[in-house]
Amino acid sequence: MTETKKGWKDLPIGGNILEAGNSQHYFTGTWRTYKPITDLDKCINCLQCWMFCPDNSIVIKDGKMDGQDYDHCKGCGVCAAICPVKAIDMIKEEK
Amino acid sequence: MGKYIALTGAESAAFAMKQINPDVVAAYPITPQTPVAMKFSEYVANGEVNTEYVTVESEHSAMSATVGAAAAGARAMTATASNGLALMWEIVYIASSMRLPILMAVVNRALSGPINIHGDHSDAMGARDSGWIQIFNENNQEVYDSFIMALRIAEHPDVLTPAMVCQDGFITSHSVENVMPLTNEQVQKFIGKKKFKGLITADKPFTMGPLDLQDYYFEHKKQQHEAMKKVFAVVEEVQNEYAKEFGRKYSVIEEYRTEDADTIIMGLNSVMGNVKTVVDSAREKGIKIGAVKPRFFRPFPVDYLRDLLPKFKAVVVLDRSDSFGAMPPLYSETLAALYGIENAPMIKGYIHGLGGRDTNLAMIETVVDNLQKLKDTGEGNLTFEYLGVRE
Repeated sequence: MTETKKGWKDLPIGGNILEAGNSQHYFTGTWRTYKPITDLDKCINCLQCWMFCPDNSIVIKDGKMDGQDYDHCKGCGVCAAICPVKAIDMIKEEK
Repeated sequence: MGKYIALTGAESAAFAMKQINPDVVAAYPITPQTPVAMKFSEYVANGEVNTEYVTVESEHSAMSATVGAAAAGARAMTATASNGLALMWEIVYIASSMRLPILMAVVNRALSGPINIHGDHSDAMGARDSGWIQIFNENNQEVYDSFIMALRIAEHPDVLTPAMVCQDGFITSHSVENVMPLTNEQVQKFIGKKKFKGLITADKPFTMGPLDLQDYYFEHKKQQHEAMKKVFAVVEEVQNEYAKEFGRKYSVIEEYRTEDADTIIMGLNSVMGNVKTVVDSAREKGIKIGAVKPRFFRPFPVDYLRDLLPKFKAVVVLDRSDSFGAMPPLYSETLAALYGIENAPMIKGYIHGLGGRDTNLAMIETVVDNLQKLKDTGEGNLTFEYLGVRE
């Protein structure tokens, strides 16, 4: 999750962002205080977490829930709150 | 070159805008700027320009619409004065931080209150940290020429920063003078096609004005800081080209009878006309006095002043605005520019003409007398006071 940010000489002026889809490159995961940990054995793949996640950070693999994208998950806890089988725990982030 | 026509200062700004033929103008009337917007809207109504004129409901909207248009890639302009500029405040900063080369005619007027519609510089001086280029103009011809040159300066790829072209409310804006404009063809050739790209004119889509937090904002401010440092190089280039093409030579700091002067009076905008008249009469009495008129307040011509002012023994700085509880802007920044220079002149400041109070010849003659005392005895060095205020 380390990234080298450009300096003032190289950045586009005025805060302009020249590429579309750039939010993928912005690692909001660094903001997290609590990290969602999913017990996939408990998970029933209802995908409500996927529907409710405000940051598109639920990873889906072959149509099934496969944990969180920690580069972008901000740790809001919505997935844990919505999970009907309590398969997601919010654990304090170790810094 | 055309021939002389009679224009007020406000009409000079509008006439320059007409010849530039901007894509978008959004302005809201406020005394004494109203005749700029009024005259320009006449040009629009008569089909003399291709401009989309947006009749907004306030100055906040005027600057917002101008920012929107410039962001889309349009040449966009507005005009305001006093409280109108104050109401724009939020968007004034956004225009410069988005690096949009907008031009704004500012007809300097006192800020309320108590309510006053006449000329002083408190409006523009309040905006001195907003990241705009500020050009101050003594007369109608200067307003006109500055407008044409300002476009080239603001749109220069090294600069891309908006510019205010200032003139004194009523004193300049409502006084008729002979102005020699260029022809439309000369103006169009001089300004050229715009090179900056906006959201609509760019080759591929991009995002403007996004959230810019602790991790990037600092770098973007540094870019603005650096762009301002490049302004005077561009100004010199544009001024030289203007002089070569049209025979009118401007400089960052205008000097009047300074060659053998040991004292000078310095100030901005219209008061310098009266100062020059008083310099002439003092010269007849054998006083070696001159006048120095910075045409730019932002960027502040620090290096120019550090070169120029040590030639004199004593300097008076006239400010047409106060900075309550501090030194007035032109005085304090001149002092700061001179710090640590060997042979720096003695310096005294006057706050004059607030709320449009006439700074007449007799008042400036008093200044000349005090300036000679300052030179001879050091009396009043490093002080500032109100000029001609009733006790």
